[in-house]
Amino acid sequence: MLSIKNLTVNVNDKQILKGINLEIKPGEIHAIMGPNGSGKSTLSHILSGKAGYTVTGGSVTYQGKDLLEMAPEIRAREGVFLAFQYPVEIPGVSNIYLLKAALNSIRKHHSQPEVDAMDFLTLIKDKVRLLEMDEKFLYRAVNEGFSGGEKKRNEILQMAILEPKLCILDETDSGLDIDALKVVAEGVNSLRAADRSFVMVTHYQRLLDYIKPDFVHVLANGQIVKSGGAELALELEEKGYSWLEDSKAAI
Amino acid sequence: MTAATASRYTAEYSNIAPTLPGQNLPWLTALRQDALAKFSAQGFPSLREEEWRYTNISAIEKKLFSPSLIGQVQELVPTELLASYQLPDAWSVVLIDGHFCAELSALEGMPETVSVMSMANALIKKSEILETYINKAVNNDEHSFVAFNTAWFTDGLFVHVPSTLVLEKPVQVLYVNTQSDALASTRTVIIAEEMADIKVIETFIGLDIAYLSAAVTEVFVGVNADVTLYKMQCESALAYHFGGIYVKQAKDARFIHHNFAFGGLLARCDIHTDLDLASECELNGLYLGVNRQHIDNHTRINHLKPHGISRELYKGVLDDKARGVFQGRVIVAEDAQKTDSQMNNRNLLLSNDAEADTKPQLEIYADDVKCAHGVTVGQLDEKSIFYLQSRCIDEETARNMLTFAFANEMVDKIKIKSVHDQALEQVLIRFPQEGVNKEWL
Ligand SMILES: Nc1ncnc2c1ncn2[C@@H]1O[C@H](COP(=O)(O)OP(=O)(O)O)[C@@H](O)[C@H]1O
Ligand SMILES: [Mg+2]
Repeated sequence: MLSIKNLTVNVNDKQILKGINLEIKPGEIHAIMGPNGSGKSTLSHILSGKAGYTVTGGSVTYQGKDLLEMAPEIRAREGVFLAFQYPVEIPGVSNIYLLKAALNSIRKHHSQPEVDAMDFLTLIKDKVRLLEMDEKFLYRAVNEGFSGGEKKRNEILQMAILEPKLCILDETDSGLDIDALKVVAEGVNSLRAADRSFVMVTHYQRLLDYIKPDFVHVLANGQIVKSGGAELALELEEKGYSWLEDSKAAI
Repeated sequence: MTAATASRYTAEYSNIAPTLPGQNLPWLTALRQDALAKFSAQGFPSLREEEWRYTNISAIEKKLFSPSLIGQVQELVPTELLASYQLPDAWSVVLIDGHFCAELSALEGMPETVSVMSMANALIKKSEILETYINKAVNNDEHSFVAFNTAWFTDGLFVHVPSTLVLEKPVQVLYVNTQSDALASTRTVIIAEEMADIKVIETFIGLDIAYLSAAVTEVFVGVNADVTLYKMQCESALAYHFGGIYVKQAKDARFIHHNFAFGGLLARCDIHTDLDLASECELNGLYLGVNRQHIDNHTRINHLKPHGISRELYKGVLDDKARGVFQGRVIVAEDAQKTDSQMNNRNLLLSNDAEADTKPQLEIYADDVKCAHGVTVGQLDEKSIFYLQSRCIDEETARNMLTFAFANEMVDKIKIKSVHDQALEQVLIRFPQEGVNKEWL
């Protein structure tokens, strides 16, 4: 699905990612954990194609293609989805409009006809129910005036409708109370499939209580300093990150 | 400007004067003479005047626009043009080149107590009322365009709604221009008596030619009355437009204005409103400039008495070499305590050659007031573009969507569906809409 090899990335001549290696197979859930400022959002942005970063070395291959060569919208149409840490407010564009535009772009990309209006309504209403959202949200401007939790739910709603292949969730748990967290986790779990992979970026393990990862990687100072199974998250919860940062410093 | 330019107009005036309506009314003749004298002395406003610093009207001065005479026009009526702007669900008054056209107007079913008629007709049938209203919301000293309009106006619209009457259907007045280098000078007076409620749409259109449209509208909103006025300025791309809307709000009166400035090579609109005790006004504006358009909007909100509320939002989208000007004055008189006023002007520049000049002015003489203002001039937000791209939208479509969304906020404030749809159409034909799907809105 995704193969990251020795990826190094600069922002304004400052090296942020310092040689990332990561292999993700279809159906797997990988958690990327690490302290603030370790480069988690940078990695998410690089995968989704945000401007302002310079790749200075390494490669990212997605479904056999060079991901870094693709425009952001092409990546999205090919199935890469980033649930933003800070979803952007888009006044004047309604949620339902964006969803329809996005879904039809994907269909067009795959030479499929536009989605039927009735089917579309049925689909989104199902997903709105799944995420326990009010239907009114569909007709409001994208994220405008939404609370932090509502924004995060809205990201997962988009993900549920667009059915991506590679889902990258950047700190989706932050800003969610425990009930919302459960709903969001349920939404994510309902999307689990043999041909769909997840990258869960977080610095707490509490989301991982509800979405069990196959692998956990610790990102510190721009590098993956430790990888393991789900139990690593629990260890991190107990011991914090400093022992890993220290051990890395000692290398 | 030079006296010579003014004199070219004034020299012509003696030929035109006998054809103007209201000849037999001494009070009007006196007003027109006063106006003519003031215009002759001053000419058109110059860049040296503070309120005209950004409005270079030398192009208007270079030409001599002559008023068209009654009877010249009927066979030229552009029915297709008219059909695309005449609202199906409104009473309508059509003025062709500054003259009322009965055949194209539709006023059937108007309640008997309401007067909606051409200004020329009103000067015959309603002259006593008009004497107490014409030039009462503005006067010839405001600036020489107003004087020019007073001296030259050939017709216009007269609306009088008696107290407590709520007119369900809106009234649309279409100012249609069909002749090259013609002047259409119109005066419209709208009176809503105590607790009356009326909606009026002023639509300015023209054939693809150069002309000068000078329209002054005076609005009197009675005690606790409601007036909603729409201005759809869709003049031809070669036209010159000067519009002035002058409003007097009585106690507890509400006035809402939606100002859509779409057309014209050089278009200026002044909107002034005086607020009495606890009256409220809302001024909404959207100006879209492309090519070399120059679009100017000047508003003045005059809080004269306590507890007034004013809300103003003007948005501009400027592309190519277009220039947009917003000058917004809010004046809070010493007596106008507890005034609550908000003014905002936001400009979106789509090209490096486009320009926005914005000048909010607060003049506050009371000490217990809540007044806020803000202005922005900027480009599309890169974060928003990336967010849309990450949702499968290509960059060009994302830009179009965001531009459209920016403008559409003003369109969405329109409560009358047919007017809303017309404004939407105007926005969509003026900007690239690749990827913007009207059906999904
Ligand atoms: N645009 C930027 N300019 C300069 N430094 C940046 C920029 N974006 C991120 N950084 C820096 O890169 C590092 C990693 O940031 P980020 O990827 O957001 O970390 P995380 O998501 O793990 O908290 C931080 O030191 C941050 O200050
Ligand atoms: Mg982050």
